[in-house]
Amino acid sequence: MSARTAPSSSADPAPGRPAWPRPVRPRLPGWLAYRLQRVLAPGRAYRWLAGALTRSPPAYRAFTATERAAKGGAFGCRMCGQCTLPVTGYACPETCPKKLRNGPCGGVGADGSCEVFPDSRCVWVVAHERAQREGRVADLLLFQRPVDHRRAGHSAWVSYWAGDDADLWVPATGTGAASGRDAARPSGAGPGGRA
Amino acid sequence: MTAGGRLRARLGSGAFAVTAEISPPRGAEPGALLRTAEHLRGWVDAVNITDNTSAHVRMASWAGSLLAAQAGIEPVMQLTCRDRNRLALQSDLLAAWAVGIPNVLLMTGDHPKFGDDPGAVPVFDLDSVQLLGAARTMREEGRLISGRTLTGRPGWLIGAVENPFAPPAGFRAARLAKKAAAGAEFAQTQFVFDVTGFGRWMAAVRDLGLDQRCRILAGVGAVRSLRALDHLRTGVPGLYIPDEVERRLRGVPAGRVADEGTRICAEIIEQVRVIPGVSGVHVMAPGYEHGIPGILERAGLARQDPAAAPALGGQRAH
Repeated sequence: MSARTAPSSSADPAPGRPAWPRPVRPRLPGWLAYRLQRVLAPGRAYRWLAGALTRSPPAYRAFTATERAAKGGAFGCRMCGQCTLPVTGYACPETCPKKLRNGPCGGVGADGSCEVFPDSRCVWVVAHERAQREGRVADLLLFQRPVDHRRAGHSAWVSYWAGDDADLWVPATGTGAASGRDAARPSGAGPGGRA
Repeated sequence: MTAGGRLRARLGSGAFAVTAEISPPRGAEPGALLRTAEHLRGWVDAVNITDNTSAHVRMASWAGSLLAAQAGIEPVMQLTCRDRNRLALQSDLLAAWAVGIPNVLLMTGDHPKFGDDPGAVPVFDLDSVQLLGAARTMREEGRLISGRTLTGRPGWLIGAVENPFAPPAGFRAARLAKKAAAGAEFAQTQFVFDVTGFGRWMAAVRDLGLDQRCRILAGVGAVRSLRALDHLRTGVPGLYIPDEVERRLRGVPAGRVADEGTRICAEIIEQVRVIPGVSGVHVMAPGYEHGIPGILERAGLARQDPAAAPALGGQRAH
């Protein structure tokens, strides 16, 4: 199902371009993304919607296609299914060629360029700028757990509303990969809306 | 008997630590690695054994580390997220401890783009912070990422890397703080040629109280030819060489570039050594490992008493 009608995302093939994830500059300004996050915050209605979509495969597919198109266009979303955008300045770390979720690698160019695609800016340089502008730099210090690859292609919005993403990230103290499942989440920084 | 615990003891005692780095051979013959390691015996506390450095295939770092340990030279096994998924990373870490490798250095790894087989899968199932967290959980809680319990816990000293010079400026110390929180007990840095910039980063590190939780070893190296200079300036991501260093290297006759580069390296060691919070240096000299003792001697870091190895003992000359 290809519902990607938006401007070319990092997942699009191009002649001569390696298929590695490629940094995508978010097309949605940070302030707007954070505002939409509030609109999409889970509530009873969204929980009901998530339940309904989960029970109906065709509806789930259609909804997921819409999510793919919206987030593909806005952020270059590659549908990892475990959205970290609300705590990465709404710059998608899955578009980093190394898919780094916990910050930049050491190869960032002096001009902020990606080492793999020097024509692109490093995802984390962009994330840091956007988070700084919105007063959200502390988000970048949260420990992001390893990705569950079973969920690729699934709707992160549905998971979020259903409460399945509650432990995607935890404070960076006691960041044992398996521990901390019960760790308190920082207030106001739960897996927020997928704008 | 294998060497072990020397680097941990050195860092714990507050004495100035010295590590160096060896890349295993591109081949199945162990002799070259052992000959290179022999040059460093008695001069360093531990030797990093690289893991397919720059994404070029070499003998596995665990095997290189084991060979070094068997020769009585304490290894730091580098392990990257580029070539293994989380299952292999965890099993390799367990194996390392089982065969007597006392130190591990956990990093993301260079992208296959820069290697000898760019068509290889870039795995990156975990990132370096997640791998550090996994290692610490294995050691402290005896559990895997999956939550399953281990029979017998590993006890490695866990290290990380950081680049003080790369953007985002102002976030690099915080990034190391994240690695320290995840499990890093020491960190080796990218090559320091810009001592002023390194000093600024160290100030940020100290402001976070980070140098107390995570010992900092400044990465240093000698630029021994103008070709190497050009390569480092343009071909190595995240490396910064100030104009002053370039001027000095280009300002001497061709025959003296190597000597000038060595002199600069020794000077940088002396300069970073007096920066508060710096616990040691990590010397990287690919292809010139035999010259590392000379660099250290020039910088006033005398040979340790080889009889004292592997236990902590040899006092460094000040």
